[in-house]
Amino acid sequence: MTDVAFVTFLVGLLGATLRVATPLLFATIGELYTERSGVLNLGIEGIMFLGAFAGFAIAAKSAEAGLAGYLWLGLGGAIGIGLIMGLLMAFFSVTLGVNQHVAGLGITLLSTGLALFGFRMIFGQSSVLPSIEPFTQFSIFGDLPILGPIFEQYLLTYLAFIVLLPLAWWLLYRTSFGLELRSVGENPEAADAAGVNVFRVRYITLALGGALMAIGGAFLSLAQLGAFSPGIIAGRGWVCIALVIFAKWDPIRAMWGALLFGGVFALQLRLQLLDLVDIPFEFFLALPYLVTIAALALAGRNVAYPGAYLKAYRRE
Amino acid sequence: MGFKIERIPAPLWTRPLIPIAAILLTFLLTATLILLVKANPLEAYYYFLIDPLSSRVSAIEVLVKATPLLLTGAAVTFAFVGGYWNIGVEGQLYAGATAATAIGVQMQNVSPWLAIPLMLAGGFVAGMLWALVPALMKVKLAIDEVVTTLLLNSVALFMVSALLNGPWRNPISQWPQSPDIAATAIFPKLIPRSRLHLGFILALVIIVILWFVLTKTAFGLKMRAVGLSPHAAQFAGINVQRTMLISALVSGGIGGVAGVSEVAGIHYHLIDAISPGYGYTGIIIATLGTLNAWGVALAALFIGLIDTGAQTVSRALGVPTYLGDVIQAALLLVTLGMLLLQRYRITRTRSKP
Repeated sequence: MTDVAFVTFLVGLLGATLRVATPLLFATIGELYTERSGVLNLGIEGIMFLGAFAGFAIAAKSAEAGLAGYLWLGLGGAIGIGLIMGLLMAFFSVTLGVNQHVAGLGITLLSTGLALFGFRMIFGQSSVLPSIEPFTQFSIFGDLPILGPIFEQYLLTYLAFIVLLPLAWWLLYRTSFGLELRSVGENPEAADAAGVNVFRVRYITLALGGALMAIGGAFLSLAQLGAFSPGIIAGRGWVCIALVIFAKWDPIRAMWGALLFGGVFALQLRLQLLDLVDIPFEFFLALPYLVTIAALALAGRNVAYPGAYLKAYRRE
Repeated sequence: MGFKIERIPAPLWTRPLIPIAAILLTFLLTATLILLVKANPLEAYYYFLIDPLSSRVSAIEVLVKATPLLLTGAAVTFAFVGGYWNIGVEGQLYAGATAATAIGVQMQNVSPWLAIPLMLAGGFVAGMLWALVPALMKVKLAIDEVVTTLLLNSVALFMVSALLNGPWRNPISQWPQSPDIAATAIFPKLIPRSRLHLGFILALVIIVILWFVLTKTAFGLKMRAVGLSPHAAQFAGINVQRTMLISALVSGGIGGVAGVSEVAGIHYHLIDAISPGYGYTGIIIATLGTLNAWGVALAALFIGLIDTGAQTVSRALGVPTYLGDVIQAALLLVTLGMLLLQRYRITRTRSKP
């Protein structure tokens, strides 16, 4: 490969990395927040799926009605449904205090079923997938030579890295709400004794987390694809579960994890096209899971789970 | 006269009532979706629950659909009773299906009496091995098994997909699928000209073994003790780590057998959609069956009925088949909530003068 071709390859790869990482970053931050408050939300896979569907369905119907801001209406709808599913998870894990993992899987199964039911109900069973004109990409630096394609991104990608990430870090470590959130996840009894409303903090966090997961899903249908299909999420929610652990429950490390996965994913797509290596591409797809399990095994007893991880809180 | 809600266990006779009440409440909730597609909910539930049982062909199909669910329900129950939250039955099923295919294609000209036991043993061991790493990480390093078992499900899917797109690709088919297993390795049919196969009998045998182990053996007692409180069990002199490890591995093994049954009983080759989520449905069944062997059997038959009915109701009324999935998921959540009622008792109190 010549130098010019290599630079073009690399620039294209970096641009794709950011695109692949975007939905992961939204949903991973959402999951990270809920886990820091002491609730594992396995509803993530389904909430992303339902967010992708709701965003698409609302956008498609609004576009049909001739509304100019149809994509934003779709995104708003996705956020709304994400909040609702997050609150439903809160009802089961906080108010009722049932098994978080079983309740979370229930939310995933319910969200997936509802999205598929709604898709069939609204769009029928046609051989051509319905589609919309999606969000467009732009560069905040205008026409940059050579490096241009890296910054040719969707607004949501810019929001994820420049707004969401610093905000998530600041909220978690520098505000009183963040302190309450962390204390509720570490030691709810002590937080309660100090006057923190454990239930309220967890409800807010789960709703917020659900909204972020839904935005992650909607990014795929409203920006990257402009369509919805049953395979649209394809385990991305489970990748986020792995990323949260990989990131040791820290937003900045979560960004590095999302970028790393985005990079590996974008690279395997390109290697597949080039037909250079003889490793099955599924190996690369399985890599984030295997790396996370290996990291957990290596950390062993030193894995710093949030103190109240998987534990419902009961006032005695 | 007044009523008081106390936090003590509800009387034993109320136990079977909870799943029944949960089913009724779920139907009430999902009726809104049926109204949304402008169908009559009562008519829809007739097609869901009664119509599949009214003909011999579709009634047998209910048993066919229930077969993998009996197995995954039993697998999940075996782990959950022992306090091990195995969310990985889906992956263990894929591991078992892979082993069954690897052995099954080699069984040309081998007696079924050898081929079938070999596949079952292979599937059981493969499921156990797939469950081994998270189980060891749990008992040796205290690493939460929920996430590790869950993540291995995706890995199993990728492994099967890599096999089907690579070394096992059947050149004759345009879809990614493995070559067919040998004819002698195929499970015999229980009823001629139906899809009901040996796997159903196997599943029933495993349910009976599950009942026996959980209620009649010392090990079952240990498992339940560990499941209720590992600390108390430890204090009582039970080897908690060993008990939990065995529950986890046997659970994985049963999940593997579910994979064998689908390959050898239904498809005769490996495809990447060998399970539409039976491992996860197993969690619904174990919960609905209140972790009791007979309850699990009834729950698996009921979900098999819903699966069959979803297709009937779709044909008859044009309600999307996904309604079946929504009902099952809603049923899980409603049951989960209502099981809490077991912990409470409503008592009459004399009002104070």
